[in-house]
Amino acid sequence: METYLLIASRDPFTARDMDGVYDLAASLAARGHPVTVFLVQNGVLAARRIPAAEPLTRLARSGIAVLAEEFSLRERGIATDRLATGIRTADLGYVVDALADGARVLWN
Amino acid sequence: MAQRKTLTFALMDPPFESARSTTALRLIDAALRRGHHVNVFAYEGAVHLAFAHQQPHANAVHGRSLEEEDHPLPRQWIAALQAAAEAAGLRLDWVNCGLCVDERGVGESIAGVRRGGPPDFARFVQESDNTLVIPVRD
Amino acid sequence: MSKRILSVVTCGHRATLEEQDDPIMWLTRAMRGAGTVVDVFLQGNAVSYGVRAQDAGGLSFGERRQTQPPRLAADSAALISGGATVLYAADDARQRGIEPAELIEGLVAVEPSAVPRLFSAYDLILWW
Repeated sequence: METYLLIASRDPFTARDMDGVYDLAASLAARGHPVTVFLVQNGVLAARRIPAAEPLTRLARSGIAVLAEEFSLRERGIATDRLATGIRTADLGYVVDALADGARVLWN
Repeated sequence: MAQRKTLTFALMDPPFESARSTTALRLIDAALRRGHHVNVFAYEGAVHLAFAHQQPHANAVHGRSLEEEDHPLPRQWIAALQAAAEAAGLRLDWVNCGLCVDERGVGESIAGVRRGGPPDFARFVQESDNTLVIPVRD
Repeated sequence: MSKRILSVVTCGHRATLEEQDDPIMWLTRAMRGAGTVVDVFLQGNAVSYGVRAQDAGGLSFGERRQTQPPRLAADSAALISGGATVLYAADDARQRGIEPAELIEGLVAVEPSAVPRLFSAYDLILWW
């Protein structure tokens, strides 16, 4: 069963199609694929404890790993203790490791 | 150290226009630090990344001289990645799409970046262990 | 054994007038010419590429006329007649008010629930 890493590089405030990315994550996971959503660049703007993070929190509750890239958070002054429930941090090397492990990495 | 792999990255963004171009170089840097060989297919605007004639500038708004500003140039970051790859005995094979180079008039790239085309990308994706496309967005 | 590849095209009409092509549809055809087995999945605004009535002709800048406008429906049809499978996201087309009757022959509609199974049929997804 293929593993997926969906990179969310844009925020849902300005990019209407990010909901589609979150839906794809849920759809793949529902079919049994291991899925991680990786927030990077402005994608981390959805990671604070705000209503816009609700889709991500829902994904995390369903068993999907939701990670926010450490540098992107720091660059935007988002403290790690202000992240929405279920969102953890990771460094960018996580993406390289996923590629090396054969994950299907899809950049949005 | 993880098992050595060959990873391909397809890039499309020109420098100085999107965060994607910097993140792409960070990923390549991370891949090399992890001991992987890297192929890069620079397509569309990404052929500007290695353009040899990028020049730094001072910053009058901040009162910084040319030297003080130390303005990043993607061609220098790429050269540094090439040096890192060489020092580690790794391959960093950077191919610019030739037609994209021609239409943009950026035919002079830094040393070590070669002109190629879709057959190179096709070979990269077949022969490497994995491929990541970093696409442009509207 | 060579990889079976699915090129997922998302952006529509980005730089297509300057390039006289969609860059990813063009790259896909070039890769097929180089022997790569690659199909196309049109999603997002790229679902427009299946619309038969697209017409980008007639642009001019001063006295300089564009003589080879992009013909994206024809390019999609050429992929199909060349043996590629060209699929499109049915929901994205519906959201944009594109009726099936407006589309070129040979496109394959994919409902959202079928996307995971579609992806599993390929060795590599190139997500553009």
